[in-house]
Amino acid sequence: MGVVLIKMLALGALLIGIFCLSVVAGTVPIAWTSLFDILLHSVGIIEETTVPSGEAYIINYLRLPRSIFGVLVGSSMAIAGALMQGLFRNPLADPGLIGVSSGAALGAAVVIVLGFTLPLAPVLTLPIFAFCGGVLATVIVMRLSMINGRTNIGNMLLAGIAINAIAGSGTGLLVYVANDEQLRSLTFWTMGSLGSANWDNLPFLAALAFLPAVIGLSLGKTLNAFLLGENEALLLGVPVEKIKYLVIVIVCLIIGTCVSLTGMIGFIGLVVPHLCRMIFGPDNQKVLLGSLLLGASLLVGADLISRTIVSPAELPIGIVTSLVGGPFFLWLLFQKKFLGDL
Amino acid sequence: MYTFLLMFASLFAEAGTITDSTGAEVTAESPKKIITLSGNVTETVFALGFGEQVAGVDSSSLYPVEATAKPQVGYHRRINAEGLLSLSPDLIIATDAAGPPEVVEQIRKAGIPMAVLSSEATLEGAQNRIEQISKLLDKEKEGHVLVWEMQDKIKMVTKPKTAPKVLFIYARGGGTQNVAGLETSANAMIELAGGINAVTEYTGYKPMNAEAILAAQPDYILFTARGLESVGGAEEMKKLPGLSETPAAKNDNIIAIDDLLLLGFGPRTAEGVLQLSNAIQNK
Repeated sequence: MGVVLIKMLALGALLIGIFCLSVVAGTVPIAWTSLFDILLHSVGIIEETTVPSGEAYIINYLRLPRSIFGVLVGSSMAIAGALMQGLFRNPLADPGLIGVSSGAALGAAVVIVLGFTLPLAPVLTLPIFAFCGGVLATVIVMRLSMINGRTNIGNMLLAGIAINAIAGSGTGLLVYVANDEQLRSLTFWTMGSLGSANWDNLPFLAALAFLPAVIGLSLGKTLNAFLLGENEALLLGVPVEKIKYLVIVIVCLIIGTCVSLTGMIGFIGLVVPHLCRMIFGPDNQKVLLGSLLLGASLLVGADLISRTIVSPAELPIGIVTSLVGGPFFLWLLFQKKFLGDL
Repeated sequence: MYTFLLMFASLFAEAGTITDSTGAEVTAESPKKIITLSGNVTETVFALGFGEQVAGVDSSSLYPVEATAKPQVGYHRRINAEGLLSLSPDLIIATDAAGPPEVVEQIRKAGIPMAVLSSEATLEGAQNRIEQISKLLDKEKEGHVLVWEMQDKIKMVTKPKTAPKVLFIYARGGGTQNVAGLETSANAMIELAGGINAVTEYTGYKPMNAEAILAAQPDYILFTARGLESVGGAEEMKKLPGLSETPAAKNDNIIAIDDLLLLGFGPRTAEGVLQLSNAIQNK
């Protein structure tokens, strides 16, 4: 147990380190010293500060909410991935399997290409449509995978593939009628960005994605029972149907919310649970907690790169997560192959 | 000898022959069914009085309104040879943005004269396009008038004394924005109007986050009319984090100009420049 604790603490320290770096670094250079001044000033510990108000604004209203946003999105998405892999008992399971990402993409494409806005919340039009698209697609997949009142995992997989294809063709149709400007917007949207982060939408993200993720943390033991097979889990007293439902609802909320606010950010949900399994072994309890910490670190780190590497422009974060994460993951796999289990 | 013959031939050249940007010689004899691909070509053909003869337009041809009632041939970067030929045109005018190249080849092989003009986004580019099209339609005089009008209007532009920094956004809701760098139509318009692009670090359109936009300290933020609508208008735009702290938002310097007028580089280019320059006069 001691070793696990040390590993967890190390992951926690990594997260804190990356978070601080993410607040310090950006397009506008701000010194470490002014950073402390600004933070102390914001929480009211010191009254006067010599730091220009422009710098304080950037820290307080742009970098801080964005870094917290990254923590919530990264940890929630990693947990969603770990839950899916646990539920499907398949290391290749990805939150996209239940249609939520492709449904959200279709919702976003509708807004971008047809170019309308909701009168009450023009800026929120896209997130609202993307979220509804994602949830709707998942509800359809769930309905289709019910046989005699039981959710059949095999059917869910096939229904998910079909719904993904249908939503994909809808998006394709919209891409076909889009003009240059809309295509560019749509393409960049599918590569993700944390740029929409602000203090106003953080509570939504916390309530609709992070809270479900925290609930998901408690499912580790149950998912361990699932590893034995559904019938065995049932014999062990696990309410299998309820758990399936719960996991799907949690994953749908997490991914629907994250995708609608950030666009598509792949890779985190698939790879972070794997990394955690390499670190902690197959116990889902540890994998889930580890995913929370590591997912947050990786996404905040990726966002840091995306904001700074081609500054003042921004490299879409989806490119960073795959470009840095892909080779790193491969390297880990080969380490494992040659050195045996880590 | 050959050169001499060519020179000789050009003296007696039939009205309606041009050498287009691909080096091909294109001849039109009083065309009755013209397909125009790209908004600025369509605008020019209508301005020269050939609106009636237009048999089809592409989806970027939104001006004048009459053009939108013409048969649609799709988007000019993705044309389909058979679709175009089905309208039995006797002349197709496009810019080099039209494609794919194989289709241009197919159409020419089918014996339809197709002029491909340079899509250069400069004042000279716009004038050249008008001159080429008017020559092709045997309306050189009318073409000259259009060019003169443009030049007259450009002379009316009074550039602001100190060039303000203008940032052009292809808006798409809140968050990260697509911002014009160098070598873009928006950059060309900003310079013609007497401003300087607030973003000179890259070329083309790239996503920029709120912090980088704030760091660029734009005096003015420029949108296309449809773009500003997509963020809910100037008032909503001024509330977006980061953007709200720019000098542009603080001084209420948010500009929206009709899409084709601003970025089309057609016959109304000078009008667009004039509108933009009036909007950036450091009130």
